[in-house]
Amino acid sequence: MPETETEAVTAEGTGAATSGATIELENLTKRYPGNPNPAVENVSMEIKAGETVIFVGPSGCGKSTTLKMINRLIEPTSGRIRIGDEDVTDIDPVKLRRKIGYAIQSSGLFPHMTVADNIALVPKMVGWSKSRVKDRVEEMLDLVGLDPREFHGRYPRQLSGGQQQRVGVARALAADPPVLLMDEPFGAVDPITRDHLQDELIRLQHELHKTIVFVTHDFDEAIKLGDRIAVLRERSHIAQFDTPEAILTNPTDDFVSGFVGAGAALKRLNLTRVRDVGIADFPTVTVEDPLQTIFNKLRNGPHNELLMLDRQNRPYKWLRRGDLMRARGSLARAGQLVHDTVTRDATLHDALEAVLTDSGGRVAVTGRRGEFIGVVDMKTLMDNVQELLEADRLTAMEHQHELEEQRVHQTEQELEGGGGGV
Amino acid sequence: MSPSHQSGSGKGPATPTRPPGEHDVKGHAFHDEESDPSPAPAAPARRITWRKLVVLPAVLTVILVITYVWITNIHLDSIAENSLSGGNVQLRWWQHVRLTAISTFWVLIIAIPLGIALTRRRLRKAAPAFTALANIGQATPAIGLLALLVIWLGIGPRTAIIGIVIYAVLPVLSNTVAGLRAIEPNMIEAARGMGMSGRGVLLKVELPLAVPLILAGVRTALVLNVGTATLATFGGGGGLGDLITSGIQTQRMPVLIIGSVLTVVLALLVDWLASLAELALTPRGLEER
Ligand SMILES: Nc1ncnc2c1ncn2[C@@H]1O[C@H](COP(=O)(O)OP(=O)(O)OP(=O)(O)O)[C@@H](O)[C@H]1O
Ligand SMILES: [Mg+2]
Repeated sequence: MPETETEAVTAEGTGAATSGATIELENLTKRYPGNPNPAVENVSMEIKAGETVIFVGPSGCGKSTTLKMINRLIEPTSGRIRIGDEDVTDIDPVKLRRKIGYAIQSSGLFPHMTVADNIALVPKMVGWSKSRVKDRVEEMLDLVGLDPREFHGRYPRQLSGGQQQRVGVARALAADPPVLLMDEPFGAVDPITRDHLQDELIRLQHELHKTIVFVTHDFDEAIKLGDRIAVLRERSHIAQFDTPEAILTNPTDDFVSGFVGAGAALKRLNLTRVRDVGIADFPTVTVEDPLQTIFNKLRNGPHNELLMLDRQNRPYKWLRRGDLMRARGSLARAGQLVHDTVTRDATLHDALEAVLTDSGGRVAVTGRRGEFIGVVDMKTLMDNVQELLEADRLTAMEHQHELEEQRVHQTEQELEGGGGGV
Repeated sequence: MSPSHQSGSGKGPATPTRPPGEHDVKGHAFHDEESDPSPAPAAPARRITWRKLVVLPAVLTVILVITYVWITNIHLDSIAENSLSGGNVQLRWWQHVRLTAISTFWVLIIAIPLGIALTRRRLRKAAPAFTALANIGQATPAIGLLALLVIWLGIGPRTAIIGIVIYAVLPVLSNTVAGLRAIEPNMIEAARGMGMSGRGVLLKVELPLAVPLILAGVRTALVLNVGTATLATFGGGGGLGDLITSGIQTQRMPVLIIGSVLTVVLALLVDWLASLAELALTPRGLEER
């Protein structure tokens, strides 16, 4: 489902950018010398073009090893790797890596080069012209939200951790590779910055549609970023490889549910957006309305409350019936300032947070320019969550059912086959 | 800074009145440390200050002038006169400079490539053996080393230079190895991961990052060479050592003093030049603020 959309958007949107390529891993195994047990054993996996796949798993389970086998920073002991339609297992690794973006923890920027030089490295290596490289550097800085004029000539030590990480991503994407590998890229920054960086990555991916393989051991990060998540156990054995929804609601075994951790229902809220639930109307007035109109609306309205909008139609104040009296008719003093709003793209988690912290138990939903769209309240949220969880349960049951049927079918076939053989 | 933050996960562009650089996180205004443009690095700090340029040469000039005035005002007997006139002092000075320059050149040619080779994967195991060898070179008393070389190779400037080189390889070699080893593995991994060849990684990443340590080693070697070059006289290599030894042999204080003062001045001058080179060659991004 995501690919069709992907191609359509690319065609009309950014246009020039190369979108993702498929990645196929086939029975990949890595044995380090001197260790009888393989670090990665027999991993097979298909990653679709334009998909973001997250590897999560406990420390030392072989996530990084698996990832680095894709660009052959680590040579697999056995198995094949295919990118696009090309078998890259035996091609020149240097050439291969120039077509694969690679971003690592604590950015890996070269301290002796300026930000611009760092970003220009791969485009220069693949032989872009000087002017094209120069334009590209500006474009990439812009893309990751750094002002080119300001950051161009800086050295990495003159940047904050988050800014370094952005430059790291810009560098990885500079030569427009179809595939981007990221090994815990946001592991070393504070939670708020990490949140921003994740948002940025989502936005980038929305524009670029690269195939991203992303390693983390933070399951919440995996849920937030992944189209699909591969939960890995020791030796990179795949415990479950599925969408975040499926893993949250239907973990295959105790290992996976252990990794999902407590509060799967709450985490589920991160996967649904406000736009998907009922946004209710709410009576509004604007600051320019005469006092009398406001009085009348308050008296006759269905709620004992009104939302006052400012001149740009943005939520401004909640006004209750008594408020005007108490403020002796002065609009300036009456009511309660709106201190939190959510957009239609906000997750239900954010909406719930806003509703819980608001004394009125509701939150205003705004559009792109902050204009008022409607209101979400506690009851809507509760109902929706109930429905969601119920639906998930049903899907999970169906899924299980299907699996069982398949198994039965398989066993039957095997029995038949065995019978025929004798 | 960014229009980007607003299109993020949609946590509300909430109050569009927020000043730039502030974000709405769960309803609270959050000042985004990142987007707060830290003052742009002002005019790139001048690396070589005028003080550095002027102070040491001035001091050295004063020393030389004082010595000159002193030597022209005392009475010199014929033996001392003989040692110090007829351009002999200039000759020894330039011999010394040449000895130092040539030996340092060979030290660099030998020690840096060797240091690089010893940090490559294939030769990494050989590193301790070579360092031990270089250690022996330096641990042997320089004069004994020179005597052995003279017995082996005969007398002449070549012998002297070989002796000096053996003596000075260690600091450059060990600093090159240390400089290359000190590079964080994730730098190398990033370089390889983006598609640099082995040569590219060495030239574009490893060497520039190791430059400060390598240069420190070179500086040590240079100063060391000025010192050991005074011993070249025992191998028939000439240099300021000639003045010193003849001053001692003939018990002529002024000759001895001229030889020593010039050696010290040359050592300080060379160290000063090396410090300038260090400043000029260290990549900008690696400087401390
Ligand atoms: N160069 C190496 N030589 C020998 N063993 C190694 C090497 N690199 C990794 N290993 C081993 O392989 C296993 C997998 O390592 P890997 O780095 O892939 O783990 P990971 O899942 O990325 O862990 P983390 O989350 O801590 O980064 C570990 O047991 C590790 O000890
Ligand atoms: Mg790892």
